[in-house]
Order: sequence, then structure tokens, then C-alpha cells
Amino acid sequence: MTDLVHVLYIIAFGLFIYGLMGLTGPRTAVRGNLIAAVGMAIAIIATLLTPGESNWLLIVLGVVIGVLVGVPAARRVKMTAMPQMVALFNGVGGGAVALIAWVEFRDSHAYTSQPAYVAVTSLFAAIVGSVSFWGSLVAFGKLQEILPGRPISLGKPLQQLVNLALLVVAVVLAVIIGFGADSQLLIIGVLVFAAVLGLLVVLPIGGADMPVVISLLNAFTGLSAAATGLALNNTAMIVAGMIVGASGSILTNLMAKAMNRSIPAIVAGGFGGGSLAADAGGPTDKTVRQTSAADAAIQMAYANQVVIVPGYGMAVAQAQHAVKDMARLLEQRGVEVKYAIHPVAGRMPGHMNVLLAEADVPYEQLKEMDDINGEFARTDVALVIGANDVTNPAARSNPGSPIHGMPILNVDEARSIIVLKRSMNPGFAGIENELYYDSKTSMLFGDAKSSVAQVTEELKIL
Amino acid sequence: MFLANLAILVLAGFVGFAVISKVPNTLHTPLMSGTNAIHGIVLLGGLVVIGLTASGVLDKVLLVIAIAFGTINVVGGFLVTDRMLGMFKNKPEPSKEEAKND
Repeated sequence: MTDLVHVLYIIAFGLFIYGLMGLTGPRTAVRGNLIAAVGMAIAIIATLLTPGESNWLLIVLGVVIGVLVGVPAARRVKMTAMPQMVALFNGVGGGAVALIAWVEFRDSHAYTSQPAYVAVTSLFAAIVGSVSFWGSLVAFGKLQEILPGRPISLGKPLQQLVNLALLVVAVVLAVIIGFGADSQLLIIGVLVFAAVLGLLVVLPIGGADMPVVISLLNAFTGLSAAATGLALNNTAMIVAGMIVGASGSILTNLMAKAMNRSIPAIVAGGFGGGSLAADAGGPTDKTVRQTSAADAAIQMAYANQVVIVPGYGMAVAQAQHAVKDMARLLEQRGVEVKYAIHPVAGRMPGHMNVLLAEADVPYEQLKEMDDINGEFARTDVALVIGANDVTNPAARSNPGSPIHGMPILNVDEARSIIVLKRSMNPGFAGIENELYYDSKTSMLFGDAKSSVAQVTEELKIL
Repeated sequence: MFLANLAILVLAGFVGFAVISKVPNTLHTPLMSGTNAIHGIVLLGGLVVIGLTASGVLDKVLLVIAIAFGTINVVGGFLVTDRMLGMFKNKPEPSKEEAKND
């Protein structure tokens, strides 16, 4: 490599780091993403400037195929399908790593013509890349509903034994290669056993844990990219891959913690999808008031203003159309209906906006936090649909709360509050919500969609 | 060479930790997607190997696939992240929320 290539690589990973820093703040995020993209362009150009680079036709062919597939996929995907698209893009990255490791094996006669570290890092990349590729494909299939979203498992102890056995076999084959055995079958074996491992690890994981799994696989692909960088002596790959590996691990941990789950528990799998409907929280001396669909309907029908506060629960239950139907009935009765959208509601920025837009809720009715917060005091009923932490008054009042200082929707200022919720389980952040124990609050337990449908039926016969 | 690279690896790991420790929840998904695009750097691996060492038809086929995969990862990743972040500013005027945070 020439000095020029090195310098360009340094500029490139400088831009990656600067871009990532931008991605951590709302106002700089778009620019941060752009800066990272520029860094990537520089890294690619630098690589093409490497003396001795050849096979231009094949390079163009590969890039053109990639662009033709990647650009429309990214442009056309609906916002609701975003998580699986990220899974897919992550998967192909892992696949590229595995393929490169395979070619390295072939070119270097099982790494015998290379120093030992090349063999170790390449084989690591082969295993992790293959796991990431196939695991991501399963994640994509599940989120896209090609595969059933519910956990598919052999049963817990057996499943874990099988997974462990697969990993051991893949590593043993890799070690045999490391000691100089030059057989095509060995590297294929490594890739295949890792592939089956990837499939089996992700298959038992249920829908709700998927974002965490994708984040974990993302970190894996980063690590495997860094390993490939070590094998190829490529600093840009080392830096970029390792940054993704490190940041991805932290992000995964944050996400898992926020869902009150541990990463080992998620990977061990088998009951992931059940986490939302799990048993009703710990013992508490405070009481909640339960209500019925009929009471909720009456309360709202005679209100002047109803503010609907949607959250992840609405997304999971796919209740947006039912909500829209209910809102229409209320409007026919002269009730003013507004939607309060918290910036973090759901698991994706803009999640709620997209879902409600899909149900044809007029854009003017969607109010952002700062626009609606002043209105709660003159709102008769605040209807909270599967939102939790974003309504927790502890964020304002209790300095000891982990979410203290987080801006929230001031739902507790409304004259009365109805909360639609599956159970008394704490929310995404695993914190009890004082709102539920407020004397103005009544709870309507059940699946958001069927609860809303019941309320709608009650409204019709009022 | 390897030890120097190992040093870079370790330092890059700490940079990754340091950069990420302060992210608002809202940005978790775009950040995941953005880092996802960055590991598309594996494309470079494909470019280097196909340009400098590849021989034989199978090698070339595998590498073209690897380059295509890497390209999908890069372009798709950055585009999707950009679209996600676009959801923040679906209003033409600068939002009050941002002004207040200043």
C-alpha cells in the first residue's frame, strides 16, 4: 500500500468517527450519516487506487449488482418494514466477510503461505460472518412474516446443547485448518456449521426481542469486518469494523436492559415473544382502578376533547385502524380528537406517525410533544394506548428515577386518564409508572386492538 | 505489522465505546442502522482480494458476490439511515423542540 492510500484511509476513518458522533445528536444526525457516507466513498476510492489493483470489470459488475439491488430496496421499503431491511443489509455484510475468508483460504493454500495471525483472524471472520449472515436472514424472514414470528425451538436444554455442539464443531474444524490441513471440505464445513448455528440461534427468538438480536448481529458483523481487516492488513477495515463492534455491543446492551432482558436470556431464547404478556409485575401495595369498555366509551363520548397517546403497544397490536375507527365515531359526536406523539414512542423514530398515517389519520391531528403538552390541562380524557415510559410523571417529579429528566407527555394533567394495557408489566425501561396509581386513572386491560374494538362497539350502541 | 494493527484495533474499540455512551433513545435505531452501513467497509476486503490475489473462476464468482453484498450493505445502509432520520424533520419549519434544546 502506498502512503496516499494510507492517508486516505486515515481521513476515511476520521470521518467515520466524526460522523458517528454526529449520529448521536438529533440535530447533527442527518449530517453525521452523510459524513460517514463520504468517509466510505473515500475509503473505497483509496482501495481502488492501491497499486496492482486489477479485475476492474468484475469489480464494476459486483458494484453495479449491489447498487441495483441495494438502492431500490432502501428507497422503496416502507417505514414499518425498516427493522427487517436493516437486518438484511447487516446479513449481506456478514455474508461478504464469510465469502472473503473462503477465498483467502483458497488463495493461500489453507493459509499456509501466510503468518499464523491471518489464519486465526480469517477463520474467526468465517465463523462470525456466516453466523451473522444466516442469523440475519432468519431475523429478516421473521419480521417480514415469511417465517412464523413465534419462537421455533427444539426445547430449551436440547436446543442449547445442539447450538453448543455446532459451535464446537465449527471451531474444531477451524483449528484443524489452523494446523495446516488443506482441504476445501474443512472450510466449507466451518461455514456450514456456523450457518446452521446462526439459523438455530435466531429461530427460537420471538418477535419482541428481534431489534436486540439485529443489533447483536450488527455488532458481530462489525467484529468480523475488523478481523478481516487484520487478516488483510487494512487499517480502514480494522477501525471501522471495531468501532461498529464496540458501539454495537453497547447499543445491544442498552436495548436489552431497556426491555428488562439480558442478552444471554434473549439468545437462549424460547420465550422471547412472551415478554410483553408476561406475568403481572411484582407485589405492590398501591391499587389500580380497572374499568370496562362500556365505561370508557361513555367517558369519551361525553368529553369535549380526547387526546390519544399511542405507544409501542399500539404498534404490536396493529391497532391503528381500530383507533382511527373509534376516533371517527367520537368526532361524529362532536368530540375533538387529537393524537399526542412522543418522539420516543414505539421502537423507532416516527413509528407512530407512520402507523397512524397508514390508517389515514389526518396529519393535522398528530401533535408533537411540545404542541400538545399545554393542552392536557383542558383535556377531558387522555387515552393511553400501549404507551408507558413516555407518560411516567416520575420523569418530572422524582429525581431518583432512572428516567428523570426525560421529556414526557403530561398526561397526568388531563382531567381523567384511561390506560389500555396488556398487564401491569413495567414498560420498555422497566420502571413502574405512577400514572397508573393516580386517582384520575382507570385501566382497561387487554390487547390494544380488541380493547379499542370493544370501545368502538360500545360507542355505536350509546 | 500485526501488533501495530492490534493496537489500532484496541484503540478503535475504545473510540466506539466512548462515542456511543451518550445517545438519546430516539436515535438508537438510526444509530444501529448507521453503524450497520459503516461495517459495509467489508466491501474493501472484496476489492483488495479480487484486485490483488484472486485466481480461478470460483474465486472470482465468490468475490463478485462478496462485492455485491458489500455494496448493498453500504448503499442500502446509508440510504435507509438517511430516510429514518428524515422522519425527524417532517415539518418544514424548524421545530420548537430543537430551538428549546439550544
